[in-house]
Amino acid sequence: MAKTLPKTDVVVVGVGWGGGIIGAELGKQGLKVVGLERGKERGVKDYYVVHDELRYAIRYELMQDLSKETLTFRNVAKERALPMRQLGSFLLGEGLGGSGVHWNGHTFRFLPYDFEIKTETEKKYGKNKIRDLGLDIQDWGITYDELEPYYDTFEKVAGIGGEDNHFQGKRSNPYPNKPMKETPITGKFKKAAKDMGLHPFSMPSANMTEAYENPYGAKMAACQYCGYCERFGCEYGAKADPTVAVIPYARSTGNFELRTHSNVTEILHDGKKATGVRYVDVQTKEEFIQPAEIVVVTSYVMNNNRLLLQSKLGKPYDPKTGSGIIGKNYCYQILPGVTGFFDEQFNTFMGAGSLGMTVDDYNGDNFDHSDLNFIHGGSISLNQTGKRPIQTNYVPDGTPSWGKEFKEKSTHYFTRTLDLATEGASMPTRNNYMDLDPTYKDAFGNPLLRMTYDFTAQDRNLYSYTQKMMGNIMKEMGAKEVYARGVSEHYDIVPYQSTHNTGGVIMGAEPGTSAVNNYSQMWDAENVFVIGASSFPHNSGYNPTGTVGALAYRAAEGIIKYSKNGGMLA
Amino acid sequence: MAETPNNSENMSRRKFLRNSGYVAGGLIGGGIIGGLLGANLNDDDNDKTAKTDTNAAHSSNQAPIYFTNPEQFAVLKAAVERIYPKDDNGPGAVDLGVPFFIDHQLAGSYGNNTREYMQGPFFPGSDFQGYQTPLLRHEAFDVGLAGLQSYSQQKYKKNFAELEGEQQDEVLKAFEEKKVKLKAVTSSTFFNLLRAATLEGVYADPVYAGNTNMDGWKMKGFPGHQMSYLDKIDSKEFQKIKPNSLHA
Repeated sequence: MAKTLPKTDVVVVGVGWGGGIIGAELGKQGLKVVGLERGKERGVKDYYVVHDELRYAIRYELMQDLSKETLTFRNVAKERALPMRQLGSFLLGEGLGGSGVHWNGHTFRFLPYDFEIKTETEKKYGKNKIRDLGLDIQDWGITYDELEPYYDTFEKVAGIGGEDNHFQGKRSNPYPNKPMKETPITGKFKKAAKDMGLHPFSMPSANMTEAYENPYGAKMAACQYCGYCERFGCEYGAKADPTVAVIPYARSTGNFELRTHSNVTEILHDGKKATGVRYVDVQTKEEFIQPAEIVVVTSYVMNNNRLLLQSKLGKPYDPKTGSGIIGKNYCYQILPGVTGFFDEQFNTFMGAGSLGMTVDDYNGDNFDHSDLNFIHGGSISLNQTGKRPIQTNYVPDGTPSWGKEFKEKSTHYFTRTLDLATEGASMPTRNNYMDLDPTYKDAFGNPLLRMTYDFTAQDRNLYSYTQKMMGNIMKEMGAKEVYARGVSEHYDIVPYQSTHNTGGVIMGAEPGTSAVNNYSQMWDAENVFVIGASSFPHNSGYNPTGTVGALAYRAAEGIIKYSKNGGMLA
Repeated sequence: MAETPNNSENMSRRKFLRNSGYVAGGLIGGGIIGGLLGANLNDDDNDKTAKTDTNAAHSSNQAPIYFTNPEQFAVLKAAVERIYPKDDNGPGAVDLGVPFFIDHQLAGSYGNNTREYMQGPFFPGSDFQGYQTPLLRHEAFDVGLAGLQSYSQQKYKKNFAELEGEQQDEVLKAFEEKKVKLKAVTSSTFFNLLRAATLEGVYADPVYAGNTNMDGWKMKGFPGHQMSYLDKIDSKEFQKIKPNSLHA
C-alpha cells in the first residue's frame, strides 16, 4: 500500500536542467517544491577519477541503467518493436543533473524561422512544398522575439561564452562570457569558411571561458581544455551543469526538497487536474503518493511521454487516423559527417566540449530551398572536443577494420584527422511517433515506451546536401583525402548519433494540434506543466539545451502566475 | 604471428590453473573453498612460482578471474593478437595484456550485462534493432571462442591457436561476415564484441589490466590523463607529452 505524504505546492519529476530551474525560480518565490529524481545525487566532488574513457565514455557510467527501464524500437509500424537492450544511438541521462551533467555545453538559440516554420515556408515556397515532402510541421505558438528574454536569462545562468553570428535572431544582450580560445584546428576551419564566403563563428559554450559567477551566485571555474567533457562530468566545475549552476541555489531557498532514488511511475489525476504523483523509492522499494497543487514533468523527452501515456493524461496519438497528440512528432537529428586526412599532426587530444567553430550558412532558411527537395538544414561545425583513443580509430577508405594495416593506419591518423559534423534539423512525419509497448515492461511492471522511427526522403536529401557542403569546406582546409560517412539504409539504434531526441508532447497555439501551450502548460490538465525537448514540434539544426532552458524559464514564470490566479495561461 | 607452444607452456599452464580455480581432481565450486586453493594445490614449487609472479610487472592483475580453461584462453589470446598484432610500431594485444583485460571485463558488469535490458521475450530483430541475443556477453564469448576452435578443427584439423596467421585471419573473417553458425548469437555479433573489446583493452587506462606500460597510448601519441591543456591548446606545434595514467 502506497504511503500518502503531506501535500506540497509543486512536485517536479526529474531534476536536471528543467527540474533545477523550476526548483530555483519557484523556490525563490516561496513556493514549496519537492524534486523527485530517480537516480542518485552527484556533483563535482564525484568526478575525482573522471578521466577514464572506458568507464565513462564506453561503459556509460553517468547514463541510464537500462536493466530497470529502456524503450522499444522499430523502424516502421509493421515491424515488431524490440527493446533497446544497450545504449547506443542516444545516451539517456539518469541521476541528479540528468544529461546536463554529461553534455558538451553547446548552447545555441533556435532561429526565428524555427518558431514560425510553417508560415514562413509556405510564404516563401508555397503550400505544396510541405505537402509534397510529407511533413507535419507547424508553428510553435511562440515567436523568437517572445522567447528571446528567456534565452537571455538561461545564457546568464549557464555563463555562455560566444560571439555574434551573422544569421542569429536579434539579441537583447551580448553573451555573458567571451568566446572559447581559437586553436590551430578551429582556426583552420575559420579561415577556410571565410575564404569560401561563409560566416564562421565561435560555438556558444557552456564551458566557462573565464571564471564566472551566475545570477544565483554559483561560481564556475575556467575551462582547462582537458578533453574530457561529453559523457563526463567536469571535475573543475567549469561546465555549466544543473548541479553547479541551479540546484545549489534551489536548495538554498529552503523551499526545494530534493528526493533522490525516487522513481515516479504515475501522475495521479481526476480527469481534469492532477492531484499528485506516485513514486517508488528504488532503494527501499517503498511506494509513496506525493500530493501536489501543481505537477511539473521535467524528464526531457522519453519519460515525459511515457509518464503521460502511462497516466492516461492527454489523448495518445494514433498514426492511422492522425488524431490524438501524446507521442506525436517524435523527431531526432540528421547527422552527416566528413573526416579529412592530413599529413600534418594536430593536438587532436586536447579540447573542450564546446570548443568549436560553426557556420549557419546552410541552416534553417538561411539559403534558398526553391530548387531543393528538402526544407531547413543544419549547423556545420568543427568541434574540437578532444579525441580519445578507444573511440577514435579513423582509417582511410578501403582499410580493413582490424589487423596489421588497421593498426598502422589508425595509430598514424589519430593525430592527423579532423572531422566536421552537421547537426541537421529533423522534420516530423505522420509515421514517426511514440506510444506504449504492448509486450515489454520495466522493473516496476509498467509498459516501456515504444519508438517508431525511420529516416524520410526529406532527411536523406538534407543529409546529402549538407554533407556535400562539408566536403567542400574540408577540401578547402587542405585535407589530402576526405571521407564522407554514408547515410544508413534505415535509422539504426546502435551507433551513437545524437541525444537530441525531441517531440511527443508538442507545443502550439491551440489544443488539438498541440499538447501544451507556450508556457508548457497542458491543455488537458491546467495544473500539469511538461518541460523538455518533448515540447519541440520539430527539431532544429542545433543542440536543444538552450531552447529547453529558455522554455523552462518561461514555464517557471507561468507556474508562478498560475499558482496565484489559476486557469489557462495562453 | 600466431602463438606457438614453447617451453614456457608448462609454466604458464600451471600459473593459469593456480589462478583460475582448478585443482588436480576437480573444479572448486565456491568462494569458501577458494581460500584453500593454494594449500590444496598439489604442486611442489607453487610457493616459489607465486613469489616470482608477484615481482613481475602487472602480475597481480595479469591473471584470469573469469576464464577457467587454458585451451579456451589460448583461442582468445591468438584472436586478439590478429586483431591488433605486434609490429614495428609497438606491442600487439597480447603484450598489452588485452586477454586479461577481456577476462576481467567478462567477470564483471560488462560480462553480465548488469546495466542492460535482458528481459524476454527474445527475437532476432532486424539489422537496425541492435543486440537481441539472450546470451550475456560472457556467454557470447564462451560460445564464440568455442566456435573459433571448432570451425578451425573442421576446416584445418587444428586448434585455432595453432593455425598460421593467415589462416586465423580467414577464420576471423568468416565470423565477421556472419558465415559461421553459432548457438544463440550470430558470429558477426560475437566478432564485433571481440574486436571492440580488443581495442578497449589496448587503449583503456592500465588500471583495467590492458594497455600495459601505456604502450597503446604511446603508439597513438595520446597523453592519457592530463590535468590541463590551458597553456598548450593554442600552440601551433604538435605537443609530444609523456602519458599519464589515472592511477599512476
